Amino acid sequence: MTVTTDTTPPLPAEPGPLPGPVGTAQKNLAVGQQLWAWIGVAPFFIFSLMFLLLPTLYLLVGAFQDADGHFTPQNLADLFTPTILSAYWISIKVSVASALVGAIIGFFLAYAVVMGGLPAWLRPTLMTFSGVASQFAGLPLAFAFLATLGRTGLVTVLLREFFGFNLYGTGFNLLSFWGLTLTYLYFQIPLMVLILTPALDGLKREWGEAAQVLGASKRQYWTMVALPILFPSLLGATLLLFANSFGAIATAYALTGSSLNIVTILLYAQIRGDVLHNQNLGYALALGMILITGLSNGTYIWLRSRAERWMR
Amino acid sequence: MSQSKIGSWIAVIIGMLYFIVPLIGTFEFSLRMRRGEYSFDAYRVVFADPAFQATFLYSTLMGLITIVIGIVLVVPTAYFIQLRLPKLRPIVEFITLLPLVMPAIVIVFGYLRLYNSSSWIPLTANARTTDLLLAFSYVTLALPYMYRAVETGMRAIDVRTLTEAAEILGAGLPTILFKVIFPNVRVAILSGAFLTFAIVIGEFTMASLLNRPAFGPYLQLIGANRAYEPSALAIIAFLITWACMGLINVFGQARKLKRST
Repeated sequence: MTVTTDTTPPLPAEPGPLPGPVGTAQKNLAVGQQLWAWIGVAPFFIFSLMFLLLPTLYLLVGAFQDADGHFTPQNLADLFTPTILSAYWISIKVSVASALVGAIIGFFLAYAVVMGGLPAWLRPTLMTFSGVASQFAGLPLAFAFLATLGRTGLVTVLLREFFGFNLYGTGFNLLSFWGLTLTYLYFQIPLMVLILTPALDGLKREWGEAAQVLGASKRQYWTMVALPILFPSLLGATLLLFANSFGAIATAYALTGSSLNIVTILLYAQIRGDVLHNQNLGYALALGMILITGLSNGTYIWLRSRAERWMR
Repeated sequence: MSQSKIGSWIAVIIGMLYFIVPLIGTFEFSLRMRRGEYSFDAYRVVFADPAFQATFLYSTLMGLITIVIGIVLVVPTAYFIQLRLPKLRPIVEFITLLPLVMPAIVIVFGYLRLYNSSSWIPLTANARTTDLLLAFSYVTLALPYMYRAVETGMRAIDVRTLTEAAEILGAGLPTILFKVIFPNVRVAILSGAFLTFAIVIGEFTMASLLNRPAFGPYLQLIGANRAYEPSALAIIAFLITWACMGLINVFGQARKLKRST
């Protein structure tokens, strides 16, 4: 993140047409350049339309149709059946838990590394670690946690052998809500660190000094100056974390098979084998997911634009 | 040592433990295949598995194709948006953020409906065109990262002056794009490319639902059926991710060094 904040100034207008034949030539040149620019961006827009917008639109429309293509709100109403509702509910719970815990731990880590007075070499180390760990998701992550906290995993065995502590005797199970949350934290915490470190860097030293000069305690500085400024970044990043785990599937699928009925796994089963026995209900299921992640990401983008006002 | 400093150390140590312990656990587990002693048998079995080689090769190839398509789509777009069509910037940024909003599984669900064998554009009717569709789906997954990387690179150079200088010297548009702009944003493109590769190589959802023999579905199959090989594969996957991120850092550092001299 080096030079993302210096927005380029609006481009100067094309030079006005000069009188005479030179002007016409220049005008033609400008029109030609504009034409080439449109041709240059056309592939991007055609691609986005075909492989991002239309497929989604197809599902959105399908969600409001019955099998014969007539309009119906029935699919959306059918979402409110116990199986589907519970799938959404577990997904939301896991996502909220991993986002909140990830945000809190991530905040303290970012705080420690930015203003904790730690040696300078720790920061790039932690940032590199975070970059890797935030991308280390999917199936390998599930394998790693099974090997660590599964019934014969290293930590489980060590706890039993050396501390006489039977992890699974406490009712803990990796293939459960908390197990999944704990696993998701592996990429959620580093993601939070990556997003929040620039925001903490943006807290100007002068603000702290000004507060101190005016007689504020450290606590007052945090509750009345720093946290209100950071709030949009914090909340926004938490929402991004939420969407990040809400759309995830591979880790959960490898970890729990289909024993934990989260909405992505239900949709996966629906796509593979129409388990809901209604194609259009599947579209509605997808629509519900888009609504939830869209709402959370929309709020994130809005909050980020607010947060950036302080970062200039 | 002040109190807050101790707190910071505790936070960092706990964080680091959380990152490292699963890796140690996985590595230790991957060595347990031979009864009673540690060995690299699990790795040997994995590397010798023809399915591993085939799927890994397939996903590597997919990653490269995805990177090429991504570059061809993103670089000219970022260039023209910066230089001639700044009004379109918000729209393009919105589109490039969409893949973060829409879960991958929803996008591929749309593909299966829109491009199935009985549709207008039956891309899934044939293995080669399905491969293409898979590559396109990966391009959409990587779009937010690729676009941001390239755009940041474009902003760091003076696109206008470079373009005008090239024009005065008589360069046409292809020369400007490929010989002037590309080399100047090469580092940005590379970091986008490595990130894309890290995303594509173990991707499961798209490949599985499009039914292609990629590394992700292979991982899933092994995970469901074997004991020690999954850990070995997790370590391999971690090393690949690490290598991709490390290369991004190396290229980024090299650029900073060049700047400062």
